[in-house]
Amino acid sequence: MIHSLFLINSSGDIFLEKHWKSVVSRSVCDYFFEAQERATEAENVPPVIPTPHHYLLSVYRHKIFFVAVIQTEVPPLFVIEFLHRVVDTFQDYFGVCSEPVIKDNVVVVYEVLEEMLDNGFPLATESNILKELIKPPTILRTVVNTITGSTNVGDQLPTGQLSVVPWRRTGVKYTNNEAYFDVIEEIDAIIDKSGSTITAEIQGVIDACVKLTGMPDLTLSFMNPRLLDDVSFHPCVRFKRWESERILSFIPPDGNFRLLSYHVSAQNLVAIPVYVKHNISFRDSSSFGRFEITVGPKQTMGKTIEGVTVTSQMPKGVLNMSLTPSQGTHTFDPVTKMLSWDVGKINPQKLPSLKGTMSLQAGASKPDENPTINLQFKIQQLAISGLKVNRLDMYGEKYKPFKGIKYMTKAGKFQVRT
Amino acid sequence: MTDSKYFTTTKKGEIFELKAELNSDKKEKKKEAVKKVIASMTVGKDVSALFPDVVNCMQTDNLELKKLVYLYLMNYAKSQPDMAIMAVNTFVKDCEDPNPLIRALAVRTMGCIRVDKITEYLCEPLRKCLKDEDPYVRKTAAVCVAKLHDINAQLVEDQGFLDTLKDLISDSNPMVVANAVAALSEIAESHPSSNLLDLNPQSINKLLTALNECTEWGQIFILDCLANYTPKDDREAQSICERVTPRLSHANSAVVLSAVKVLMKFMEMLSKDLDYYGTLLKKLAPPLVTLLSAEPELQYVALRNINLIVQKRPEILKHEMKVFFVKYNDPIYVKLEKLDIMIRLASQANIAQVLAELKEYATEVDVDFVRKAVRAIGRCAIKVEQSAERCVSTLLDLIQTKVNYVVQEAIVVIKDIFRKYPNKYESVIATLCENLDSLDEPEARAAMIWIVGEYAERIDNADELLESFLEGFHDESTQVQLQLLTAIVKLFLKKPTETQELVQQVLSLATQDSDNPDLRDRGYIYWRLLSTDPVAAKEVVLAEKPLISEETDLIEPTLLDELICYIGTLASVYHKPPSAFVEGGRGVVHKTLPPRTASNESTESPETAPAGAPPGEQPDVIPAQGDLLGDLLNLDLGPPVSGPPLATSSVQMGAVDLLGGGLDSLIGGTNFVAPPTAAVPANLGAPIGSGLSDLFDLTSGVGTLSGSYVAPKAVWLPAMKAKGLEISGTFTRQVGSISMDLQLTNKALQVMTDFAIQFNRNSFGLAPAAPLQVHAPLSPNQTVEISLPLSTVGSVMKMEPLNNLQVAVKNNIDVFYFSTLYPLHILFVEDGKMDRQMFLATWKDIPNENEAQFQIRDCPLNAEAVSSKLQSSNIFTVARRNVEGQDMLYQSLKLTNGIWVLAELRIQPGNPSCTLSLKCRAPEVSQHVYQAYETILKN
Repeated sequence: MIHSLFLINSSGDIFLEKHWKSVVSRSVCDYFFEAQERATEAENVPPVIPTPHHYLLSVYRHKIFFVAVIQTEVPPLFVIEFLHRVVDTFQDYFGVCSEPVIKDNVVVVYEVLEEMLDNGFPLATESNILKELIKPPTILRTVVNTITGSTNVGDQLPTGQLSVVPWRRTGVKYTNNEAYFDVIEEIDAIIDKSGSTITAEIQGVIDACVKLTGMPDLTLSFMNPRLLDDVSFHPCVRFKRWESERILSFIPPDGNFRLLSYHVSAQNLVAIPVYVKHNISFRDSSSFGRFEITVGPKQTMGKTIEGVTVTSQMPKGVLNMSLTPSQGTHTFDPVTKMLSWDVGKINPQKLPSLKGTMSLQAGASKPDENPTINLQFKIQQLAISGLKVNRLDMYGEKYKPFKGIKYMTKAGKFQVRT
Repeated sequence: MTDSKYFTTTKKGEIFELKAELNSDKKEKKKEAVKKVIASMTVGKDVSALFPDVVNCMQTDNLELKKLVYLYLMNYAKSQPDMAIMAVNTFVKDCEDPNPLIRALAVRTMGCIRVDKITEYLCEPLRKCLKDEDPYVRKTAAVCVAKLHDINAQLVEDQGFLDTLKDLISDSNPMVVANAVAALSEIAESHPSSNLLDLNPQSINKLLTALNECTEWGQIFILDCLANYTPKDDREAQSICERVTPRLSHANSAVVLSAVKVLMKFMEMLSKDLDYYGTLLKKLAPPLVTLLSAEPELQYVALRNINLIVQKRPEILKHEMKVFFVKYNDPIYVKLEKLDIMIRLASQANIAQVLAELKEYATEVDVDFVRKAVRAIGRCAIKVEQSAERCVSTLLDLIQTKVNYVVQEAIVVIKDIFRKYPNKYESVIATLCENLDSLDEPEARAAMIWIVGEYAERIDNADELLESFLEGFHDESTQVQLQLLTAIVKLFLKKPTETQELVQQVLSLATQDSDNPDLRDRGYIYWRLLSTDPVAAKEVVLAEKPLISEETDLIEPTLLDELICYIGTLASVYHKPPSAFVEGGRGVVHKTLPPRTASNESTESPETAPAGAPPGEQPDVIPAQGDLLGDLLNLDLGPPVSGPPLATSSVQMGAVDLLGGGLDSLIGGTNFVAPPTAAVPANLGAPIGSGLSDLFDLTSGVGTLSGSYVAPKAVWLPAMKAKGLEISGTFTRQVGSISMDLQLTNKALQVMTDFAIQFNRNSFGLAPAAPLQVHAPLSPNQTVEISLPLSTVGSVMKMEPLNNLQVAVKNNIDVFYFSTLYPLHILFVEDGKMDRQMFLATWKDIPNENEAQFQIRDCPLNAEAVSSKLQSSNIFTVARRNVEGQDMLYQSLKLTNGIWVLAELRIQPGNPSCTLSLKCRAPEVSQHVYQAYETILKN
C-alpha cells in the first residue's frame, strides 16, 4: 500500500513528508526531480515513475506535486484517487491548498494525514468524518483554544464511521433546514477551422449543499433522466432505485458534497452555445500578420453568455501584437506568447471583436502551426444538455425544508482550431 | 496565529529549549512544545534526541497530545528501541481503555512501531482487539495483523493471527470484511504459494454482500480479491458479474477499473451467444469513456488499461473514437497514449475522421507528439487499405511543409507503405527525392536510401543520389551504411553499365575500410555473389519482398491474457507481467483468464482446452508453432542479405530474401512464377510465420487424403497485378482425371464477369477440357472456387522448365497472364504398373547414361508405407527385395504422353534418407519425377 507521501513545490523543494510505514529516505525523490527536469512543463511530468526499489505516483495540483511512494503492486488509480482526496481535504480544511497554507497548518495536516491512512490502508477519507476527528482551524476556534486550552481533536468516536450511512453523522441540528442543488455542466469541445464540431461532450455534476436536521431521506427525479449516458454516484445514492425507476434516492451527507457526475457523450447532439470567427494570417514576405477574432452566441436558448475569456498560445515567431478590442481588456505576454482577452458579456447586437496586427520575427519563415483558441464562458440558469430536475421530496422528517435548484453551463476544455 | 511559528528558530540551543518546554508543568506549554517537535520532524529535522522527554508526555488524558506523541513515537521508535520499551506499558493500558477510539489508536500505533521487542508485547492486546465488540477496533486490528506480519511473519503465523483474520471475512460489519481482505491480500502478496485467500462460493457471497456496503477503498480491495477467483461455471460467473456491474457507476475511478477487471476476466467464461454477454459489453463502454474526463493522471492510467482492453475486445469501444481525440493542452503523456488507441480503433468506418485529426496533430508544436502523429498516419495506411491513398497524399502535404522532422518521419513511413502496397504509389518518389538534403536522422536517411535503391530503375539520377551519400560513408551510422551498400548493389544489378565504378567503390569501402563485421560480411557476400554468378545475385538481391504485416505492435496473446488479469495494477501501466518488474523477485503467481465452461457441459470442449490451466499454475508461454518456426528460421538465416534492418520487418525480409531467391533460381526466373510449395507466404498479407505454419498443417493433414497428393493452393496471380483479381490454385488428379482447382477472389471495387481461361502450348499438352464456368458475376470481396477439368490433348511445345504452364485469364476488365509450375505426379496415369519381366527388360534396355540418382532426405518411412503412399499417386511397386538389410523397391510409372519411368528406391532401415535411381528414355523428366517423389513422400 502507500508507503510515504512527499509534497514538493514547483522549485523542487520537499516541504513536507509523511511516512505510514518505515521511513523512506527523501533521496528517492531524486528520480522524480530527474523526470521533472526532463519534462518541459510541470504538467508533463509522467504520473508513474519507476525507481529501482519503489514506484513514485504523483499528481500535480495547485502548483504542488503530491508524490506517493509505493513498494509493492498497488492499483495506481487507487493511489492517484487517494492523492486527489488529500488535495480535496486540504482545500476543504483550509479554503485553499497552497504551500504557505500547508506550512501554516502543518500539525493539522499531519494529524489529518495520519487519520486518512493506516499502514497505507485508507482509514477515513470522507471530509465529514475527518472534520469530526480533527476540527478544521478557524480564527474563532484558534482564539477559543488559546483561551480555554481545549483542543481541535475530537474525543468522540466519529459516529458515521460504522453506521450503515457512514457518510452522515447523527444528531445533526439546524434551525433553518435547507437543501440546495447546483446542476453544473461543462462543455468539452473541439471546433475545427471551418467552425464545425469535431467532438463535443458534456461533463455534468450535481453538487449539493444540504443542511437538514436529523436523518432525512431525499428523492430527486428528473424530467428527462434518459439523457444521462454514464453516471457516477456518491455512495449514498441507492443504485437499485436508479436502475429500476431512474430516481435518485438517498440519505444525504451533511454539508457540501457531489451527488453525482454524469456524461452526455458525443453521440447525442451537443449544443454549442458560442462561435468564434477568426482570421489569423501570417504572410511570408512581410513581417506583419493580421489578427482578427469575433465571438458570438449560437445556441444559447435565449440566455446571456457571460464571463467570456479568450486565450491563445501564439506561435514562437510572433514578437508582439497590437490589438484593439471592441470591449473588455486584453494582454499579450511577449515572453510566453500567451494572448488573453477578457471579454465579459456577449451582447448579440454588438458582437465583441479583437482586431489588429502581429509583428513577426523578421526574416524567419512563417510559423507552421496555427494557434488554437481556448474559450471560457458561463451561462447562468441553463443546463445545456436540457437536463431538468422534476421534483425533490423529503421523507423521514417532519419539518418543511427550503429547497433550491440552480443551473449553470460552463466551458470546460473548449478549443477552437484556426 | 499559525503553525508556521513552530518553524522559526530563534536561538542556537533550539533542542535545549524544547527539552525545557517539554518538561514544563504547564499542560499548554507541553502541548505547544510537542507541536514544535512534530513540525521539525515533518520537514526532516532530527529531533530524536528529545525521545525520553516526548515519551514522558504520553501519559495524558488529552487525546490530541496523546496522538501527537504517538506520531512522534512512530517516527523515532526504530532509532531508539530501548527507549521505546518505556512506552509499552501505556500502550497496553490504552488497549483496555473504555473508549474504542483510544483502544483502536493504541493498537494501530503499536503496530507502526517497528521494534522487535515491542512486537512481543503487542500480541496479547492485538488478540483481544481482533475480537473486540466494537467493529471500529476490529477493523483497525485487522490492518495491524498485516503490519505485524511485515515486521515478523513467523510470529503472526505462530500466534494463529492468520486464522483469526480469515474468520473476519465472515464478520457482520462490511468495513471489517474489507479490511480483513485488504490485510490478507497484502500478506498473500509476500507468500504467493500460501492459499490464504482460498475463495469458495460461500465466502464469495460474503464478499459480494460486503461490497455493496463498505467504503470505496474497501470496494477496491474486495473487487481485486474477487478477480482472483475462478467461478466453477458460466452461471456463477454471470451472477458475480451481475452483482459487480453496479460498481461501474462509482465516482471513484479505481473502483470502476477494478470492476472492469472482474468483468473482463469473468466475461471470458460467458458464451458469446448469451444476451447477457452483449448487455455487459454495452455496459462497459460508458464508464471507460467517463474515465477520460477525469484528471490527467487518472486518464493516463485509464488509457494504458484501455489500450489492453481494446486489443482484447475491440468491440467495446469501436464507436467511441472521438473521445480519444487529443486536446492541445493535454499533457504529453496523455496525448501519446490517446494517439496509440486512435490507431488501434481506426477502421474503414472512421478513417476519414482519424486522418483529419492526425493531420491536425502533425502541425502541433510538441516534436515527440508530431512525430508520433506522422507515424500514425503511416500505420493507418497500412492498417486500412482503403485509406492508403488518402494517407499518402496527406503525407505528401506534410512533406511540403518542409518542417525537418516531419519530412523525416514521413519518409520513414512512406517506405513502409511502399512495402505494403508495391507498385502503387511510386509516383511520389520524385517529391521524396527533393528532400534528400534535409535528412539528417539515420532512420530517415536509411529509409530514403532504401527507396532509391529499390526503385533505381525509375529514378534517372539514382546513381548521383547514392554517390552523394557515399562521400561521407564512414561518418554514417551502421544502419545507413548497410542500406547504402545494398542500395548500390541493387542499382548496379539494374543498371550495370553506368554504375560499375560506384559498386566497386562501395564494396571496397564496406569490406576494406570498415571495422563493422556486419557490414564487412554483407559486403563480401555481395562481392562473391556478383563475381561468381550475376544472375543468381540478381535473384537474391532483387527478389520480391514479402509484404509487411498490419499491426506490428500488438501484445502477444498469452501476455495480453495475463495482463487482462492485472487491469488496474502497475502491470497494466507497464504492459509487463508483475514477475518482470516486481521488487524482490518473489515467485509471483501467473494469472490466466478462466476457460469457458458451460454449466451443462461436463467436459471441456476441445477449443477451450489449451486455456484450461488451473489458476495458480504456470501457464505455458511457448509461442505458437508458427512463431517458433519463424524464430528458428530467423536464427538460421540470420544476416539479412538485403533489405533495411528495420525493427518491424527485418525478420521477414532476411528470411525470405534467401528463400525466395533460392526458389527463383531453381525455377529459372520468369517474372511471376508461383513457387511450387507454400514456402513463400501463400496469403498475401500473412507474415512468414503463417506461411510456415501452413506447411505444418499440411504435413499433419495429408495422410488422410485419398487419391494423389494435392498441394495447398498457392497464389498464382496476386490482386495488384490483375486489377483486383486474385487467383490461387493447385492441381489435382482423381480417378484418372486431372483438374485445376482455382480460387478466384475479387479484391477490386467493381463486379467481375465474363471469365475465360486459356493455356499456352506446353510440354504435356495440358488444356482446359471445358470452358471456365463462373456462374454468377463475382462481386467485390467475394471468392469463388472452381474446379477446371484438364485434358492432355492440347498442342505440345517443350517448355523450360518442363512443367511450366502459361495461363491467360480474361474477365470484363482485362486479360491477365501468369505462369505456374504443375507437379508432375498429376500426369502419372493409373495403368502405370509394368509387368516384372517387362520391367527387367526395359531397365536393361535403357542406356546407363540415362540413369539419374537422387537422395531423398528426411523420409523416415519404411518400405510398406513408402510403397502405399506412392501407389496412391500412381507410382507402382513392381517388385521388392531385401539386400543386406536394405529394402529395394522397384517401381514404375507412366506419364500421360506414354513415357515410362522406371525407379529403384533403396531404403535403409534407421536411415532417414533413401536413394532413388531413375531410368527413363526421356531423361529430362527425371528431375521432375524426383521432385514429385519428394513431394509425395514428405507430405
